[in-house]
Amino acid sequence: MKLVADTLVLARGGRTVVDRLSFAVDAGRALVLSGANGAGKTTLIRALAGFLLPVEGQIVLEGGSADRTPAEQCHYVGHLNGMKSSLTVEENLLFWADFLRAPGAGSGVEPPERVGAALTRFDLEPLSDIPAGYLSAGQKRRLGLARLLVAERPVWLLDEPTVSLDTRSAGLVAALVNAHTAAGGIVVAATHLDLGLERADELRLGPRVVAA
Amino acid sequence: MSGFWVLVRRDLQLAVREGGAIGTALGFYLIVVALMPLGLGPDLNLLSRIAAGVLWIALLLAALLSLPRIFEADYEDGALEVMATADLPLELVAAAKSLAHWISTGIPLALMAPALGILLNLDIGSAPALIGTMVAGTPAISFLGAIGAALTLKARRGGLLLALLVLPLYVPTLIFGITAINAVALGSDGFWQSFAMLVALSMGATVLGPVAAAAAVRLQLQ
Amino acid sequence: MTNQSITQKLANPTRFMGLSGQLLPWLAGASAAIIGYAMYLAFFVAPPDYQQGHTVKIMFIHVPSAWLAMMAYVLIAISSFGLLVFRHPLADVSAKAAAPIGAAFTLLALITGSLWGKPMWGTYWVWDARLTSVLLLFFLYLGLMALRSSIEDEALAAKLTAVLALVGVVLLPIIKFSVDWWNTLHQPSTGLTTTVHASIRIPLLVSALGFSLLFFTLHLKAMRNEILRRRVKALRMAEVDRAQGSHASAAAAE
Repeated sequence: MKLVADTLVLARGGRTVVDRLSFAVDAGRALVLSGANGAGKTTLIRALAGFLLPVEGQIVLEGGSADRTPAEQCHYVGHLNGMKSSLTVEENLLFWADFLRAPGAGSGVEPPERVGAALTRFDLEPLSDIPAGYLSAGQKRRLGLARLLVAERPVWLLDEPTVSLDTRSAGLVAALVNAHTAAGGIVVAATHLDLGLERADELRLGPRVVAA
Repeated sequence: MSGFWVLVRRDLQLAVREGGAIGTALGFYLIVVALMPLGLGPDLNLLSRIAAGVLWIALLLAALLSLPRIFEADYEDGALEVMATADLPLELVAAAKSLAHWISTGIPLALMAPALGILLNLDIGSAPALIGTMVAGTPAISFLGAIGAALTLKARRGGLLLALLVLPLYVPTLIFGITAINAVALGSDGFWQSFAMLVALSMGATVLGPVAAAAAVRLQLQ
Repeated sequence: MTNQSITQKLANPTRFMGLSGQLLPWLAGASAAIIGYAMYLAFFVAPPDYQQGHTVKIMFIHVPSAWLAMMAYVLIAISSFGLLVFRHPLADVSAKAAAPIGAAFTLLALITGSLWGKPMWGTYWVWDARLTSVLLLFFLYLGLMALRSSIEDEALAAKLTAVLALVGVVLLPIIKFSVDWWNTLHQPSTGLTTTVHASIRIPLLVSALGFSLLFFTLHLKAMRNEILRRRVKALRMAEVDRAQGSHASAAAAE
């Protein structure tokens, strides 16, 4: 499997943000997007997640499922966590586990077990019956990231995953990403921090060169 | 259970947990209907003649108030983005959310209508017809309303704008709904004709609404 | 360049500006002349109606306005389709320019309709099926303009308005049908639908042609204004980018 972006041109609000960018991420590799604010990290990740249509160029997941778009094979964790404050932590994850499960994918682990494992992994087990609205910002972020584990998807798109996390939780995210790439998954992450990822390449998105 | 029903169940669960929304819509329905005799005078003959129209218009307004709920919260907390990456097409996401809105708002309002009909001297014998036409007609309100809710996600003054956008679209439902009830209450014929039109409108809306709403949502996730 | 179709050539805004600039004076002149001729026919040639007397002359403005009210919406719907499906660069310019003009003709149709109705019905407004449909059409125009003005991102506003316009075009016939149905239930036909006598048919057609040309003149002019406005906006954005670029390179040099 291989995530390929081919001469990608992305625009936001009439401005070209990413200009003729090409890259490929092999299975088992992570791509870390770096660069200043406004360099286009978020825009690129949103394009990979299928929200933003490229002006030119295309995004392909080589070796992926033929009848699903690349976006449908991605986990997207953006700035928002997508959790309902009136549902409990466990209900939130169960919903996403059921909802994101591919139709016909009866492969082994059932949603409730996956949710249990994800809760344990993110230290959220004691909170599982608490409505998500009561959680602190860091706990909410961990809950948002726990979604990565409740449904199986080969590509992870992470936009500033460690925002509002303490160092311990940030280390947990790094370990998770490493485990995912070790298992042959693909990760594209935008981050300011050096997470210490293994099998990672860096893509520096520069400020656009403006002809004076 | 497929993603569609998972989503319907979750939205209903949320509607129950955040019960205030349904209560507000029902309260609003009650007060608008109660204001009518205060404005028009307590002439029972007049009231029974306009009861069907008042009940339908008040229902439209009450449902209108709750329309933003269809997409707003999921848009603001990022859930809609995640749903867009799911296998379930966004059209079916919009359909599931509209269906949940209908069950959680349209049906309670329809069930409350006969009680409010008593306030307007509506013939009690027409209660089944009242509930029937409203249950048949309100899907159009939820599914067409979803278009307005989706279009105004990023708009300033979204609520007022939503009313301006969707109320003209509700005119056919309003007309056929009122004539169907009047046919029963006032003893004229043509109930089934109007009722069939209501059902046809609702069925059409279940196709048009999700397609247009999904297109609008997609444009705003960019 | 040679094997481009006409629509492709017109798609280029620069080319459109050149062509429309040449066409506009002719179009404006023709519409003025034809409307003038139609008014001459209406006031000096067409006989007064035996029932309605001279008030029938209002029809020479009312009917073309009502016709243009509908045509402008169809034009908006076609332009919206062109924007969403073919991403034609001029489609949104056309849709945006047509909306206020269409709304103005719709309002004109409503006002002339109610003026015409006064001597016939004894009141300025009756809930006649046609007037009611035109009123609802007017609400759809208001919705289109209100939606566009309340979304800050212009490109997004254009596409969302296009979605609304297409929803409207699907529902308009149904709204029209339901209003007609409602009307026949409550009252008999009000007389606005009387058949047109041959002696006024010709002036009416001339008037409709003149007003249609007026519409296209206004639409073309509004499209040109919109293109110029977008150019100014693009120049300003480029200015901002340049300033940012020089700021960044100055910061790098320090």
